Parts: sequence; structure tokens; C-alpha cells
Amino acid sequence: MKIIKLVWSYLRIGIANELQYRVNFFIQLLQSFIALATGLIVLWLVFSQTTELGGWSQPELLAVMGIYMLVGGVIQSAIQPNMQRLMNEIQDGTLDFALTKPVDGQILISIREFRFWQLTDVLVGLVVIVIAIVQLKEQVGILQALAFIAALILGGIMIYCFWLILTTTAFWIIRIWELVNLFQGLYAAGRWPVTIYPQWLRIGLTFLVPVAFAITVPAQALTNRLTPLTLVEALGLAVLLMGLARVIWRMGVRSYSGASA
Amino acid sequence: MKRYIDFYLTSMKIAILEQFQYRAQNYFYMVGVIVEPTIYLVVWSTIANQQGGSIGGYSSGGLAAYYIVWTLVRQMNIVFTPYGWEDRIQHGRLSMELMRPMHPIHSDVSYFAGWKFVMIILWIPIATALALIFKPILNPTWVQVLVFVVAIWGAYLVRTMIYAVLGLITLWTTRVSAIFELVFALEMILSGRFVPMTLMPVWVQHLAYYLPFQWTFFFPINALVGRSSSIELLTGLGMQLIWILIGILIVKIVWHFGIRRFSSVGN
Repeated sequence: MKIIKLVWSYLRIGIANELQYRVNFFIQLLQSFIALATGLIVLWLVFSQTTELGGWSQPELLAVMGIYMLVGGVIQSAIQPNMQRLMNEIQDGTLDFALTKPVDGQILISIREFRFWQLTDVLVGLVVIVIAIVQLKEQVGILQALAFIAALILGGIMIYCFWLILTTTAFWIIRIWELVNLFQGLYAAGRWPVTIYPQWLRIGLTFLVPVAFAITVPAQALTNRLTPLTLVEALGLAVLLMGLARVIWRMGVRSYSGASA
Repeated sequence: MKRYIDFYLTSMKIAILEQFQYRAQNYFYMVGVIVEPTIYLVVWSTIANQQGGSIGGYSSGGLAAYYIVWTLVRQMNIVFTPYGWEDRIQHGRLSMELMRPMHPIHSDVSYFAGWKFVMIILWIPIATALALIFKPILNPTWVQVLVFVVAIWGAYLVRTMIYAVLGLITLWTTRVSAIFELVFALEMILSGRFVPMTLMPVWVQHLAYYLPFQWTFFFPINALVGRSSSIELLTGLGMQLIWILIGILIVKIVWHFGIRRFSSVGN
């Protein structure tokens, strides 16, 4: 209960902060449209040469792109800003201020930042998904919709755990600015369904970096390719990653020495 | 002149020594960079295979060569980012650079040029691994190799100038990210970064010819991978030179008018 209240107040502070800069909304929206236009041109280039890519038709890949933007928006607004702040604070030794608060450290460092305007990507992503569904001309039943939402939530949790594990390595390595670039490079692989990649890369994008579970699996749910087993696997991996992230976080905090801030 | 040469050599040496200390970070960065062309390579090879082995004159071996050379050209293309200029100008760090007895851009150009040597050395094992996995077909002539070696430095300078001009816009407005992202998007499409320009519609190829972007990606890669005539190779180098000169001129003009607007507190 206390945690929900805490999340809510940080959310409110985050939104209030962003609402001061209203022009930023339009700039973010413009950036979302630039990203959308680039994505559409890329898709158009691919489909000017072929009619399907590894068994995925054009509207199906449009759905993948929509999910890619949607999940990307969530990462940029809620996950990445928190992780970047954590990185900085570990390096500067100011994490003391978070660790000494009377709540669980991991929860606190995960909810402090929220970039409200970045949600324009989520909005644009949703619109793209709806357009893709209309183009698919197939009924998306209640069951598929539920599977889609479940897959999306599980994928989001996995991405969060992965980012946290990456960031936690800062306790030992200290300077890890390049991680942001590394993550974005890997995440960009999700623009295409991972089933088209060679096996070694597919395994990497499924189990090392959970891009497959965050984007391809929800897309499979939406396009009627998902087997219940995959969803169970997603659940299993999400639980596993949550445990792993927790353990690594604990180890990291133990080796944190602070800087007598 | 001598003091510039001295400055460049020293600054490059410092960059090499400094960046070799951060090998792990450089590798992290590089892996992020390597994923991108691998994705494009997979997408286009999939299509090539669906269409019986080749697309727009590129076999899958040719595509592999294109995107592996891409990774080196991309390393050469890394320049001081416009976001770095934004940071310098907004936080007033530029005033420190202004104290120097030469234009601040010299320290960027020389530092990144030195860093390139570290990148090339670190790049070799990655390229070897990629070559073993994707089996590129690459048999350039000596002329092509020579042109390539010159062209990657030309590409570096062209891109440095584009992004310096872009970064200097921050002197007029602080909301620059949308402008930056728009240029990044244009570059993505019009440079050969996503797809070899020859796979583009003809009118796009015409348009790209008169823009700087393709001279920083497609031209150097194709110089080594493609079968360009000597005239095409020379034209490409000439276009790079023209864009470098235009870039220097615009940087000078923008600097001349922009720097008067710069003010900072403290430092």
C-alpha cells in the first residue's frame, strides 16, 4: 500500500515537472513522427523489393513496428531515465541519499524518474497497431487481445530486469555510459521479428537480451501465431529474471562504498 | 602552420593513449554499433534468398561484404555529436574552449582522428568474426583499396562538418533535439546506411547525389565493395572535397554570427 502511494507521488511529481514545459510536448510529438516516418520508409523500401519477409506480411510487420514504438516509449519514459540516474549516482557517490530512505532501495531507484512527454511514442505506437489490425482484416478475438496484453506486460518486466542488471554492473565497473548506446543498438533489433535472424542471434535476442519477448512475442499474439507454451515460457523467464536482478542488485549494493556525500 | 601540425599530432597522441585505457568501454560501444548492420544484413539477405540469391546486383556474399565494410566506415564516421555541442553551449563549457588560441573545432577534429586508430585496431577482431560468420565476397583492386583509405578520412571530415554546423544551431535555440533527429533520419535513408543506394528508387539516388550524406557512407563502402569506374571513384573523392570545403565555409559563417550570441556564467 505504502509502495503504491510512493509510486503515485513520484508519478505526480514527474508529470507536474514536465507540464511546466508544454512546448516539449510538441517537440516530442514531432520526434515521434520523425521516427514513425523513418520506420514507414524503411518498411516501404523492404516491401518494394518483396511481398513478405520471413513469412511476415506487410501489415504484420507494421504491427511489429507499432509494438516496437510502444515498448520503446515505455522504456524511454519510465525505465531508462531511472537507470541513467542510478548510473550517475553510483559514479558520483550520491546514491547514499536513496539507500538511506526507509523503503526498499531497488523499488525507490526504479520509480524516481518519469518522462511524461516521452509517452508520445506510446501514443503513436498504439495508433500504428490499430491501423495494422485494421489492415490485417482478421478478427482479433478476446483471447488474442488478452494474450497480447499479457505478453506485453511480461516483456516490459523482462526489459526492466535486463536494464537493471546492466546498470547494476556500474557498482563494479563505474563508468558505463556506453551501455545506453549498447542497449539501444540491441533494442533496435526488435524492429524486425526475431524469427528472421540466424539461430545464434535469435537465441541471444531471446535469452540474453529479452527483445524477442518484449516485441516479437506480443506481435505473435496479435497475429495469431502464439502457442500457449511460449506465454508460459515468458512467464517463467520473467520470474527468473526478476530473481536474478534482485540478487545482483543486492550484491551490488553490498559492494557500494559511497563517497561520504 | 607548424603550430597546427604540432597541435594535431599531440592531440591525436593523447587521444590514442587515453582511449586505449578504456578498451572495455570502447568495446561496449562497438558491440552496440555492430548490431545495427547485422540487422540490415539479415533483412536484405533474407530478401535476396527469397528472390533466388541476389537483389539489385548484390548476392548475399556481396551484401555481407557491404555491411562488414559498413562497420569500419561507421567507426570512421563517429564524430563529435551535435548533442555534445548542445551540452557545451547550454552549460557554458564552450567558454573554456574559447580561451584557446585556435578555433575549438581543431581539438575535436584531432582528438577524434587519433581515437580512430584505437577503433580500427579494436575493430579488426570483430570484423574477422563477422567475416567468418557471414562469408563476404570481396576482391577489390589496388586502386579501390587506395581510394577507400582516402575516402574513409574524407567521410570523417564531411560528417564532422555536417554535425558541427548542426550542433552550432544551439547558439540560436535551445530546443534542438527535433532538428538533430530529423537530420539523423535523413541520413539514415539517404546515406546508404540502411540499404545500398543502388536499391533505392532512381529519383532518390539523384536526390542523394546532391546531398552530403551518401559521400559519408555509401561512397566509401562502394568504393571497396562495388565495381566503380576510375572516373566514378575520382568524382566521389572530388564530391567529398567539395563538401568538406562547403562545410568549413558554413561552419565559419555560422560561427562568425553565432558566437556573438554566446554568453555564459562563471567557469
